[in-house]
Amino acid sequence: MVHKTSVLTGTHFEMGNWACAEGAIASGCTFVAGYPITPASEVVNRLAERIPKAGGIFLQTEDEISAICSAIGASWAGCISMTATSGPGISLMQENIGFAVATETPLVIIDVQRFGPSTGVPSVGLAGDMVQVARGSHGDYQIIALCPESPQEMFDLTIQAFNLAEKYRVPVFLMADAFIGHMREQVVIPSEEDIIIESRKIPDHGLGPMERQDFLDVDVAPMPIFGLGYRAHVTSSCHDEHGMRNLSDPSVMHRYLIRPIEKILKYREDIIQIQADYLEAKVGLVTYGTVSRSARAAANLAKQRGLKVGTLRMITCWPFPDKEIRQMAETVDYMLVLENNNGQIYPYVKAEAVHACRVDFLRPQTLGQIHEPDYILAYIEEMIK
Amino acid sequence: MNSEGHPLKKYIRKHITKTTMCPGCGNGIVTQAILRAIDELGLGMNDFVFISGIGCSAWIPSPLFDADTLHTTHGRPIAFATGVKLGLPDKHIMVVSGDGDLTAIGGNHLIHAARRNIDLTVILINNGIYGMTGGQTAPTTPRGLKTITNPYGTLEHTFDISPMVSAAGASYVARWTTYHPRQMTRAIKKGIQKKGFALIESVSQCPVQYGRVSKIGKAVDFLKYFKENSIKINKAKEMAPQELKGKIIIGEFMNTTKPELAEGWSHLKCHLEERH
Repeated sequence: MVHKTSVLTGTHFEMGNWACAEGAIASGCTFVAGYPITPASEVVNRLAERIPKAGGIFLQTEDEISAICSAIGASWAGCISMTATSGPGISLMQENIGFAVATETPLVIIDVQRFGPSTGVPSVGLAGDMVQVARGSHGDYQIIALCPESPQEMFDLTIQAFNLAEKYRVPVFLMADAFIGHMREQVVIPSEEDIIIESRKIPDHGLGPMERQDFLDVDVAPMPIFGLGYRAHVTSSCHDEHGMRNLSDPSVMHRYLIRPIEKILKYREDIIQIQADYLEAKVGLVTYGTVSRSARAAANLAKQRGLKVGTLRMITCWPFPDKEIRQMAETVDYMLVLENNNGQIYPYVKAEAVHACRVDFLRPQTLGQIHEPDYILAYIEEMIK
Repeated sequence: MNSEGHPLKKYIRKHITKTTMCPGCGNGIVTQAILRAIDELGLGMNDFVFISGIGCSAWIPSPLFDADTLHTTHGRPIAFATGVKLGLPDKHIMVVSGDGDLTAIGGNHLIHAARRNIDLTVILINNGIYGMTGGQTAPTTPRGLKTITNPYGTLEHTFDISPMVSAAGASYVARWTTYHPRQMTRAIKKGIQKKGFALIESVSQCPVQYGRVSKIGKAVDFLKYFKENSIKINKAKEMAPQELKGKIIIGEFMNTTKPELAEGWSHLKCHLEERH
């Protein structure tokens, strides 16, 4: 149980990673596992000091594989659980991210993204993991990923990530990057009463696993957490609604794969958030995360020059806001996707938009740097010529 | 056997009527040793969470045991178990898995859990080979044995698991073979009762895969082999290394008391709360 006095209500001037750690505390997080990695270290460094005072545990693991595995184990032990890392750590975690998906385990994974591939540049931001968090583990699945654009949102969206994880029994990613992880800005932490916390459902007592539905419910099965006498059978191997391994019945295989996907897609309206500002716009800028700040600045510059430029910011990147992108595409004549990478989300946007408007992609003038608003504007002027 | 069936059947999930183990597999002997240990200690399945990895022996608790069971990815059961133990410090957490799972792909977690001295009881079933995948070389396969993946004989040396885990910091370490089920049961009881990291290395037979490449024979031949080649640890200490070649040293390798991780966390949280 997290102590009520732990939430640092007030106005602060702090780093995104600090705000993320405080968001975890405010969410009632009771178990954090992590391995040091730039540029995510400040998240676990702060939690290592903060969470024991709030009644939780911080475990520094021997590697990121152990971090995600112990976080999943703690979640099944009833903890509100998380881990924090960056690209190379995500790569190491991938197999067990799939485990969390397959066993419907609530868990928050903070990814403060950095410049890659491989060891790359640890301290420079790049939205390098946007596809690997959604498609990087083997098999087929859906994931929830939120993209903050400021230290304030690293607080707010961390809480939302925990709420979505607990409500839908899924792993949820917070996709930050080195820029906002290390940026200092105003962070307002509301009072304890104003922070809404969702908690996972657990089954009624008295029935055994063969009489319960512990898994594969599109309306979210109550989670038979350990230690309460549920005698739950949990396996990431193909299993039926009771959690029992079944490696021979094709209809069970089908349900094992499709139900967790359908669970997320069924509740997409509750999960997907966008920030849209493109009324009467001729050009739509599509962004997520840090780049959204440049896009807004470019849109404001464009207005000063009499150009009708609007923005759509994907706060939720996964599940992909396909319907919302289509709506924009059917309003604007031109769509420009801005990402600090070589175009990871662009193909997904293009697939939804290209029937209705021209869709282009613009990486920053130098990869790993912030898009200059003037640079974006110059591209728009050329695009609509 | 009376009409109620096997005295340990109460610990098995009711709807499970068969196992996936091959004829002659040592898993049955180890399963009985685990359940007898729990039974003799007067504990029940609600006192435990069982965690296993990937491999034949991982399919002992999952699905057999009528308890909270977590069947994990290959090599990672100890990492999962670490989170479960820290979340449920009052429960007994038992890991059941094989030599390939726990010392090859999962070797890092094994030595670090021993170093942390977290209160887990690890039953490591060592059959010296990868059974489930068809007889490939394991880190425990004797040097020179011809396997599917070393058809000209293995060139690599083996892990000596029990001394390795003792050196890594475990509180309790014992090795017994399936020829020694009573001693194995006693060791499992000690491991469960030990507040700290406990490893019981259960040297076991895989007549199907190991039997085929080693020419030891069938299950009974393996048990005879274990009987004839096992040396008690105290006797082994007085023997020369060349005399111990090919022998299985059995007994307690470690039995000590030192601060345990989950208890350490409970104390720390109480201490911080008092200061708060």
